[in-house]
Amino acid sequence: MAAVQTRSERALNRVAIVAVLVITLIFLAPIYWITSTAFKPRNLATTIPPTVLFEPEISPFVKLFTKRSQLREAPSPEEYAAAPWWERMVFDGGEKIVRSGRGEIQPSGYPNRFMNSLIVAITSTVLAVGMGTFTAYGFSRFSVKGEADLLFFILSTRMLPPVVVAIPMFLMYRAVGLNDTHWGLIILYTAFNLSFSVWLMKGFIDEIPKEYEEAALVDGYTRMQAFFKIVIPEAATGIAATAVFCFITAWNEYAFALIMTNRRAQTAPPFIPSQVGSGLPDWTVIAAGTFLFLLPVAIFTFLLRNHLLRGMSFGAIRK
Amino acid sequence: MATAVMTSLDTKSRAASRGMSDIRIRNLFIIPTILFLIVFNIFPLIYSLGYSFTDFRASSNAPANFVGLQNYRELLNDPFIWSNFAITAKYVIVSVTGQVIVGFGTAMLLNRDIPLKGLLTTLLLLPMMLSMAVVGLFWKLLYDPSFGIINYSLGLGSFEWLSNPDMALYAVAITDIWMWSPFVMLLSLAGLSAVPKHLYEAAAIDRAGPFYTFFRITLPLVAPILMIAIIFRTMEAFKTFDLAYILTSQPTTEVISIRLYKMAFQEWQTGRSCALAYIVLIMVLAITNIYVKYLNKVKER
Repeated sequence: MAAVQTRSERALNRVAIVAVLVITLIFLAPIYWITSTAFKPRNLATTIPPTVLFEPEISPFVKLFTKRSQLREAPSPEEYAAAPWWERMVFDGGEKIVRSGRGEIQPSGYPNRFMNSLIVAITSTVLAVGMGTFTAYGFSRFSVKGEADLLFFILSTRMLPPVVVAIPMFLMYRAVGLNDTHWGLIILYTAFNLSFSVWLMKGFIDEIPKEYEEAALVDGYTRMQAFFKIVIPEAATGIAATAVFCFITAWNEYAFALIMTNRRAQTAPPFIPSQVGSGLPDWTVIAAGTFLFLLPVAIFTFLLRNHLLRGMSFGAIRK
Repeated sequence: MATAVMTSLDTKSRAASRGMSDIRIRNLFIIPTILFLIVFNIFPLIYSLGYSFTDFRASSNAPANFVGLQNYRELLNDPFIWSNFAITAKYVIVSVTGQVIVGFGTAMLLNRDIPLKGLLTTLLLLPMMLSMAVVGLFWKLLYDPSFGIINYSLGLGSFEWLSNPDMALYAVAITDIWMWSPFVMLLSLAGLSAVPKHLYEAAAIDRAGPFYTFFRITLPLVAPILMIAIIFRTMEAFKTFDLAYILTSQPTTEVISIRLYKMAFQEWQTGRSCALAYIVLIMVLAITNIYVKYLNKVKER
């Protein structure tokens, strides 16, 4: 056992520790870089050599949320003095915030896309996890004819390449007017996540002893009451983990969103890359948008760390 | 009400007679999901199967003409489509091999007494949770030939990654390796930690060398779980769209999903693209079948 470690083994262990640290740093470097770019002044974002040390500022975030135009001439001292601190940052960068005739600040396209992402991801998660939990219970507790085939069918819908499904869905949505709507995307993401949610929830529900419900049935509960009062609370952790996985999948999805939406219901993943467009992109603004978009996923990954293995293997491997 | 439809399955259960019968509950819980998936996944596929035998173009009002197997025949005889498949195959091989080497290697390192192991593992897992599209976007910044940090830290001067036809596919694969090696690592770690310690102790008593221990004990025991990771990643890499589409527009990176997307939504050859979609679909289902067989095998252990 570990007690009798030879000297060479200890040396080997030390090499392994250093190697793991180096690998972790390499893996985190891209994420660090996009994060640090989100806090850079524009003139430091694309320097040669790259700027590592700088005074962080939040002007990229101010610019991310507002519509701006190039300053033709410097603002008058009065105008500059009257502007709030965050607007001065934009002036300092050689731009000004576009205002409507009544002086209201015009938002950029970003907040709207971010909201669309939230609406679509949350609604589809609730639907997929709700339906998935019921179905998983059905498969877990009752005998179903052709269960293995049905479960394979359910899983195979998840494996379909998005572009393959998108072609007929695009035509059908066009016929019924669901193109570029929240519901159009919500339906697609629910269908996509439903199979995942069934497989994962079945694993969680299989682990809850049947005896709990049977005892409740003897005590006079109906099957429905037993499901809602015994199984659902027991499966709460599993439901939460499944929900987070579904949310992340819907939040990150790109291909369907690219094909099915263009303006009103567009989510952040197709929008953020489209900002690069032509000319010299302002990488600090793109980085700020990316940072805000990745932040919820990073937080969820930490909350989910003990369930990642299970989720990524469709519930096949449990810890 | 429920008693009327009660069947032999739950006549013994007194509880069932109080509420809905078990069979009704089972159907109520399962059938909506199956219907939902049929309506939104299977029905569209039947719809597009029909179109795959026509010359329909969604961009025009012209009615679809039945052309029989012409689309399939032309696609299968089209050398350009085969080159898209060849690019996809190359991409799958490079990126999955890379992920297995990096992921399994890192798992071997982590499968020791390492301080802060939990934290390091979680940090390493972060890339695979991120959006492919957004990852592709910020790797563009990293790959930039003049101010990108990749060229700077490797001392490559102004090396072209994404606009170089020979390099672009590897650049996409490297990004994919960065994202998904953690997945292989996660599954390998589960496999490694399940290898019984006493096997290693026995091997040590027998004075077995590290190579012998690795190839005769570690690898065979981790193999099933590693296979799951490999098949799953193969399937995903075969379908890849986001990363390659966002990172570059080189013809040498036109994997089959991108060809399909362009055929359907840029060239508007709807009928033909439906046929191509079917060819891709059959391939994906074949890999899925193998994957599920392995999943069940591992589950049984």
